[in-house]
Amino acid sequence: MTQENLASAAPKANWFSRLAHPGQFLAWSRYLIVPLAVAVVVLFGLGLWFAIFNSPADYQMGDTVRLMYVHVPNAWLSQLVYGVMAVAALGTLVWRHPLADVSAKAAAPLGATFTALALYTGSLWGRPTWGTFWEWDGRMTSTLVMLLIYLGIIALWRAFDDQLKAGRIVAVVTLVGAINIPVIKFSVDWWQTLHQPSSVLTADGPRMPGSILTPLLLMMLAFTLLFALLQVLAMRTEILRRRATSLERQAALR
Amino acid sequence: MRAFGALVVRDLRLATRIGGEALTLVLFFVMIGVVVPFAIGPDSAQLGKLAPGIVWIAAFLSMLLGLDRLFRADDEDGSLRLFRHASIGMPMLVLAKMLAHWLLTALPLILASPILAVMLSMSMEDWLRAMMSLLLGTPALVGFGTLGAAVTVSLKRGGLIAPVLILPLCVPVLIFGVGAITGLGTAQAMVFLAALSLVTCAFSPLFAALALRLAED
Amino acid sequence: MIDLGQHAEFIIWGYLGVAVAVVALVGYVLWDGRRVKAKLAALEAQGIRRRSESVN
Repeated sequence: MTQENLASAAPKANWFSRLAHPGQFLAWSRYLIVPLAVAVVVLFGLGLWFAIFNSPADYQMGDTVRLMYVHVPNAWLSQLVYGVMAVAALGTLVWRHPLADVSAKAAAPLGATFTALALYTGSLWGRPTWGTFWEWDGRMTSTLVMLLIYLGIIALWRAFDDQLKAGRIVAVVTLVGAINIPVIKFSVDWWQTLHQPSSVLTADGPRMPGSILTPLLLMMLAFTLLFALLQVLAMRTEILRRRATSLERQAALR
Repeated sequence: MRAFGALVVRDLRLATRIGGEALTLVLFFVMIGVVVPFAIGPDSAQLGKLAPGIVWIAAFLSMLLGLDRLFRADDEDGSLRLFRHASIGMPMLVLAKMLAHWLLTALPLILASPILAVMLSMSMEDWLRAMMSLLLGTPALVGFGTLGAAVTVSLKRGGLIAPVLILPLCVPVLIFGVGAITGLGTAQAMVFLAALSLVTCAFSPLFAALALRLAED
Repeated sequence: MIDLGQHAEFIIWGYLGVAVAVVALVGYVLWDGRRVKAKLAALEAQGIRRRSESVN
């Protein structure tokens, strides 16, 4: 339907407008979908095989090290996605890049899900390792606060009728959050030193021989490409959604 | 400078008149001191241990309580738009409102803290440290709160979202605030609190002014 | 079955939870996309389209 029309209707232009123009973005981003999807499936397949079948148990932690292969990628993604949102926020406020707020809006629920998964897997990893499902340690607490920031941002997106205005205001909040996250991390670590003089948690984690590194890296890559794929899909949907909304408005005016 | 003072006085007058909330806010934290022992139990030792946390929760909640009125009333009757053209500029306006808000929510808490301290079985040293930590830390709370209020001013039910946005930002203030009272890391915590307050009061007006401008376009 | 050690249930719950969440996330993104495209198709059927896509 509209895909082919869009590709031909959008003006052919230089590399910058191909990045910035929503129609152009729709045109070239569709070629990313299948390669990304294939890569994601292959990497997850390989990663899972290595993680579950083809890697040894850690001599300290036993088999629970396998939880690290799903915990670390999600923790990494929770930070990466916020970084994407922060850059997008700068793009909105400083450079007025047309796709910046689309990118930010698409990323928020993805980041929230990965953060929640980081907490979930971290909690399950903690139970056999430390004895409890939840421990107010530095990393878990900071991740929880980050989840709250994500959820607040999502709530803010949904509270505005005018999504363009929302994009700018969310950008301010995202940047303030970005500045604050190191402060939060610092304060939580400081809080930890007050209340837990003898560290119950070994912060180091397992040693990293190659046989453990392989599944970890594979899963990291798999998850990261999964995020890239979902981000592209969600951005495309958001662009189309805005078109639908403005068309509906036109129709209503007739 | 005179304009700044006039703005502060205006906000204070609005809050303390018959329809204003100044008295309500003061009563609110006395209430917390009353309600919490019912929830936790009257055991003095336990209350004394939890008292620093309760005091800071009271500070946080009372700051949240008055937040909606910070910008919304002025936005609704168009005053914000007028203020935009004032000679002192939006960030200073925001700072004036922050000061008024602090005077209305934090100062009464600090003044009422002896009552809270008695009801929560705080020792004298703990109470003095609590006063100091409140003095140093509540400006940071007000700074973050003002940011949340500015961001949500154009939303019809923005008053519900503002606390959700503000809470994660205030976590460091709560951590250092309570840490300053409980004795182990007092000096460090006080310094961090002061730093947080200074930085927040310096930057929050700028971000809030930006958000207010974006909300109006 | 592979030996997952004494804490096998945590590992299984962990991987299961992640799998469910990832599938749900992908499903949501795809469903949302389908929904919006359907809306656009419906609008097009009504004859409402962007100026750059005018039939003539």
